[in-house]
Amino acid sequence: MYNFEYRQAQSVADAAKAVGADEEAKLLAGGMTLIPTLKQRLAKPSDLIDLGGIAELKGIKREGNAVVIGAMTRHVEVATSDVVKGAIPALSHLAEGIGDPQVRNRGTIGGSIANNDPAADYPAAVLGLNATVITNKRRIAADDFFKAMFETALAADEIVTAVSFPVPEKAGYAKFPNPASRYAVVGVLVARTGGAVRVAVTGAGPVVFRQKEMEAALGKSWSADAIAGVKQSAGGLNSDIHASAEYRAHLVTVMAKRAVAAAG
Amino acid sequence: MATVTLTVNGKSVTATVEPRTLLVQLLREQLALTGTHVGCDTSQCGACVVHVNGDSVKSCTMLAVQANGAQVTTIEGLATGDKLHPMQEAFRENHGLQCGFCTPGMVMSAVDFAKHHKSPTEQQIREWLEGNICRCTGYHNIVKAIKAGTEAMGRTA
Repeated sequence: MYNFEYRQAQSVADAAKAVGADEEAKLLAGGMTLIPTLKQRLAKPSDLIDLGGIAELKGIKREGNAVVIGAMTRHVEVATSDVVKGAIPALSHLAEGIGDPQVRNRGTIGGSIANNDPAADYPAAVLGLNATVITNKRRIAADDFFKAMFETALAADEIVTAVSFPVPEKAGYAKFPNPASRYAVVGVLVARTGGAVRVAVTGAGPVVFRQKEMEAALGKSWSADAIAGVKQSAGGLNSDIHASAEYRAHLVTVMAKRAVAAAG
Repeated sequence: MATVTLTVNGKSVTATVEPRTLLVQLLREQLALTGTHVGCDTSQCGACVVHVNGDSVKSCTMLAVQANGAQVTTIEGLATGDKLHPMQEAFRENHGLQCGFCTPGMVMSAVDFAKHHKSPTEQQIREWLEGNICRCTGYHNIVKAIKAGTEAMGRTA
């Protein structure tokens, strides 16, 4: 690891100021991606601004018809929260499948979505459940947040403070995990909220995307059979040692059917 | 350099570290607690698992400065004098190891598991071990050990 300066931010404003003043500075959330990246010398930040001491970024609460999860809330807390299990069981199921228990004890929702790994689970939840990403500056709709591989709508001095998930009527998540890392080779979240259906696919492409043909089919008939005939094109999908684009395309339909079945 | 103060196995410790010093480096190289191992050094294998504020974490993927103020327990902190912790005893009784390299991480992970599962199924144990890799045993006796250790911890709790 290259050396860097470290400091614990006292508040969100303090962290935003520090990271805005120095373009070489980076925010540290759970560190489950950033620390391995630093260890491989793939990044050389001048400073790490640790968000771990900011209490207001932690916690899960029900606000009207939404579940609001603080950015520094760990995966284990989302997986075991009675509020999440009661309102959006698909979301607790998703969090329970991230990495391994030790990763879930450190990794955070804010860190995951700000990193926007193409194979991460949370982007599928944020996009599929039509969540709103709340930052220190504004509220960003899920459709506008995930821009490209490892790229989001966040400005340099913008920090995710929470994610607000509308409570769906039905939702389900199914993924084909990489057997070593548990990252999604393909993961699909399906949700029906106020009559509107969303199907979000992670792992398959360079960035999470909506499968609109499946949304239309499920809008007409909410059943796994309704999407059995919808074929995902392999064009533009990821192809690597784990799976070819064609294999991933096939998995999109399989995982979507399983997600609908899980949603009931 | 940074100064960190933390509690390790019940004792208060103050150390001077570089910001880039990993928790496992502090434990092994400065505090001489070499029971915690580094296997893969890429957050996969779990040989470095310790408890931070009661939760099992990979100490190769956490900075020492992030543990400032925390309660850390390592494998050296489990036994009481010569009396093994019930999970250590269960690993011994069930021969849940061969070469022993992964064992400290396995035991620390298993103790965390036992806190959340009172009468576990084999499936739950195997899923929990996602973050711990053993290259010798085929896991069979490790799973048996964790089941026995979890039940023993339930009896003494």
